[in-house]
Amino acid sequence: MDTEKCIACGLCAEKCPKKVTDLFNEGLIKRKAIYVPYAQAVPLKYAIDPESCIYLQKGKCGACEKLCPSGAINFKDRESVIEREVGSVILAPGFRSYDPSGLDFYAYDRSADVVTAPEFERMLSAGGPTAGHLLKPSGRAQGIEPEKIAWIQCVGSRDQNRCGHEYCSAVCCMFAVKQAVIAREHSRRPLDCAIFFMDLRTQGKDFDRYVDRAKKDGVRFVRARVHSIEPTGSEDGLRLRYALEDGSLAEEAFDVVVLSTGLEIDPGAKTLADRLTVDLDADGFVKASPLSPVCTSVPGIYACGAFTGPKDIPHSVMEASAAASAATEKIAAARHTRTRAVQRPEQIDVRQENPRIGVFVCNCGINIGGVVRVPEVVRFAETLPSVVYVEENLFTCSQDTQDKIVDIIREKRLNRVVVAACTPRTHESLFQETMAGAGLNKYLFEMANIRNHDSWVHANDPDAATKKAKDLVRMAVVKAALLRPLDEDQLPLTRTALVVGGGIAGMTAALCLAEQGYPVDLVERSDRLGGHGRRLLETGAGEPMAPFVEGLAERVVNHPDIRVHLESSVTAVEGFVGNFNTTVTSADGAAAIEHGVAVLATGAAESRPAEYLYGEHPAVVTSLELDDLIAGESGKVSAASDVLFVQCVGSRDDERPYCSKVCCTHSIQSALKIKRRNPEANVFVLYRDIRTYGQRETLYNQARKSGVHFFRYSLANKPNVSANGKKVRVEFIDPLLDRRFFVDADLLCLASAIVPRRNEELAQMFKVPTDADGWLLEAHQKLRPVDAATDGVFLCGMAHYPKPVDESIAQAKAAAARAATYLSMEAISVGGIVSVIDERDCTGCGACVAVCPYSAITMDQSRKTAVVNPALCKGCGACAAACPSETPKLMGFTHAQLYAQIKGALAA
Amino acid sequence: MEVIGSDTEFQGSVLVVGGGIAGMQAAMDAANAGFFVHLVERSPAIGGIMARLDKTFPTNDCSM
Repeated sequence: MDTEKCIACGLCAEKCPKKVTDLFNEGLIKRKAIYVPYAQAVPLKYAIDPESCIYLQKGKCGACEKLCPSGAINFKDRESVIEREVGSVILAPGFRSYDPSGLDFYAYDRSADVVTAPEFERMLSAGGPTAGHLLKPSGRAQGIEPEKIAWIQCVGSRDQNRCGHEYCSAVCCMFAVKQAVIAREHSRRPLDCAIFFMDLRTQGKDFDRYVDRAKKDGVRFVRARVHSIEPTGSEDGLRLRYALEDGSLAEEAFDVVVLSTGLEIDPGAKTLADRLTVDLDADGFVKASPLSPVCTSVPGIYACGAFTGPKDIPHSVMEASAAASAATEKIAAARHTRTRAVQRPEQIDVRQENPRIGVFVCNCGINIGGVVRVPEVVRFAETLPSVVYVEENLFTCSQDTQDKIVDIIREKRLNRVVVAACTPRTHESLFQETMAGAGLNKYLFEMANIRNHDSWVHANDPDAATKKAKDLVRMAVVKAALLRPLDEDQLPLTRTALVVGGGIAGMTAALCLAEQGYPVDLVERSDRLGGHGRRLLETGAGEPMAPFVEGLAERVVNHPDIRVHLESSVTAVEGFVGNFNTTVTSADGAAAIEHGVAVLATGAAESRPAEYLYGEHPAVVTSLELDDLIAGESGKVSAASDVLFVQCVGSRDDERPYCSKVCCTHSIQSALKIKRRNPEANVFVLYRDIRTYGQRETLYNQARKSGVHFFRYSLANKPNVSANGKKVRVEFIDPLLDRRFFVDADLLCLASAIVPRRNEELAQMFKVPTDADGWLLEAHQKLRPVDAATDGVFLCGMAHYPKPVDESIAQAKAAAARAATYLSMEAISVGGIVSVIDERDCTGCGACVAVCPYSAITMDQSRKTAVVNPALCKGCGACAAACPSETPKLMGFTHAQLYAQIKGALAA
Repeated sequence: MEVIGSDTEFQGSVLVVGGGIAGMQAAMDAANAGFFVHLVERSPAIGGIMARLDKTFPTNDCSM
């Protein structure tokens, strides 16, 4: 397939006689042997599946080659080997979902109604086989909707017995909760959703809140390991048999069962690692130290995502940025040596010309053309004022159409372009690039969304959809006629960074940026670097922390490009990305620091428990205090014959509904240390859910094997602690035996909650919001986990949310990578779609200043007029709407343009 | 650690294997920081497993 020629018209797939299993849709439906994986695929080009193609297998057929209007199909194409020399390599081959076929007791092979989690995801998807209509797989043809759905957790995870995966897959609990919530939203009738689980591992940011909401909405959570699923062959559907916590057996029937299948490494990825001599661990994941989370055993080769261990999307994105940082550090001197600048023709000045508008109407394959009568819309557009050219395209976004648009702009001397297609959110920048390529200012462009706003929502009414398409095109054309070219100014930027916080995260971010060649000012409030890292004993993998933190601090202090400011704090921040001016104050006075970006790594704190006799009885300590005792070789630890840990002290309750994420692993590591020091000691852990997610599960198993006793408690039945001489008496109920026990403990360790620092002031100075719990808020929870909403400001470490050392380091490296994308820019582009205030028309009422969410408007007190800083303005238009005299002009969306558009809408 | 290859002419580029969410993010960050990226993906389209998800927590954004 020649992807340059393919216009993705779909004729080939329509005529291809060979049907094969559609793996993108998890095998739930068929596709053709020539196909695009999904409608929004990038690149949107057809591909031939050589294993299924009749021509490639038997030398017959070739229907697609004959039909293809652009001659894109070339059956003589052969595999070729391409050699490239590169500075470094990043491996991100991902994972595959565990195949439950081998687990006969789950009846996955015997019943269509037993599906895996990825299969269920396709069943929910609007782009899936049932267009998002939730149907029972066995009753799809008859349109039967399920009434009861069960999720079974840990299928192919936490199971050494049958699947051989000891590790926890880390994502499936949250995945199942999300699926249950969405399934209930999709279902037209009340849907009974039950999740069968061992420990609910929803340790991520805001995850427990989501679970609480799901519980309130009626999703059932059943703590039980399901023994078997039996298809009944009757209307009862599938019978689940399981043992409850108290040992009693239970049965329940469901229409559909979703197996929450775990993550595992694809054999192809293992082969790749072998070929590159990259070491993998026993589970098949890349062997990496928690202290250098994206490095492999081979220098110059880095890894990220699920290949380094099971993880969710935000963590994968963080690691990906971290890998980009690590992979470019050693080759930083070669920055910009291999990249090419985009060449653009000089801009044509059209300001004196009358509008000459070209309209391109897209069929979007059949997405628009299957509903809207596009030729009729084209004929209509031809009648509109100032329109000098109209054509329809199968896909206006295809590369060949872009070339054609450039030619037509030149040939017809177009000075405005309207594309009637999909959404500007995804495609405006593409067409604007095309405009620039033809020498037109990119703001002389307007889009009419006749797909999302029209053909998709009025799919059953072609007449109305066609009429609406005409209205939308008219609106776009009348606005386009009023468009003016807009300028963007290029501002120089200060290529330095300010890092706030000198703990592990802050030091790591500072070092990465300095190694990338950007000078760093590191501000630390206390009198030495290291933060909480100095109190931790070892990583989850057992590496000692002290030498690592010491070494890191030494490298930071000795780095020629890092200036460390101890006993200092940020007291004022001015400016914007590329040009911040920050005041750092210490006992010696205030210093002004100019910097281009900022990284906030202010950490978190261990809370002081207000219960369980903490602070009243010497036997009661927190996790970090126990670390101090263990490190101090205190006799108190060795002499203790009974040690008890209580988990979730101050976490996951009404006051703090979040999970502190690190405490389960921390307590289990401490328990193991105590057991190693004194194997005779009785060690107890009272927990609510053990959250040793990912490969930390090994520690949990080790602890159980070495005789650490685990008892679950619930929020309604919290343990009771009372003084008993030098010991404390801890009373609790064992849910397995349903009996009350007590332990007289020499040491009671409270896994106290991790709480955010009170850094609202700092957050406000950098315009970074905090969430309901006080953690710094990222720009997007999935896709921009280290960016703050303010351009040029990044977050990492515990200031963002509690996390273990490896995740803090990855996030710090990620923050450095994201910061480097700004610091390596030639200039900061400002202007374009921003608000402009003509001071002659401003009455100085301040309404715009009050509504601007980006603090981009200030009041010039001497002149009593509002002034917009174009570098801070995001073009939201709130000021233009708020002003009683319509003074703020939002460029590209002026009042005149919008009024014309409204008139255009009502003109029919 | 040594730089792989000694000729500065080809050091300013990075190979990324895998076009899922991690591979794409790594490629974008390296490219936006001034390095030429070769992104290698086994299947005909990038996007990986995330593209198969219907919606994602907590924004209910479509994964596409």
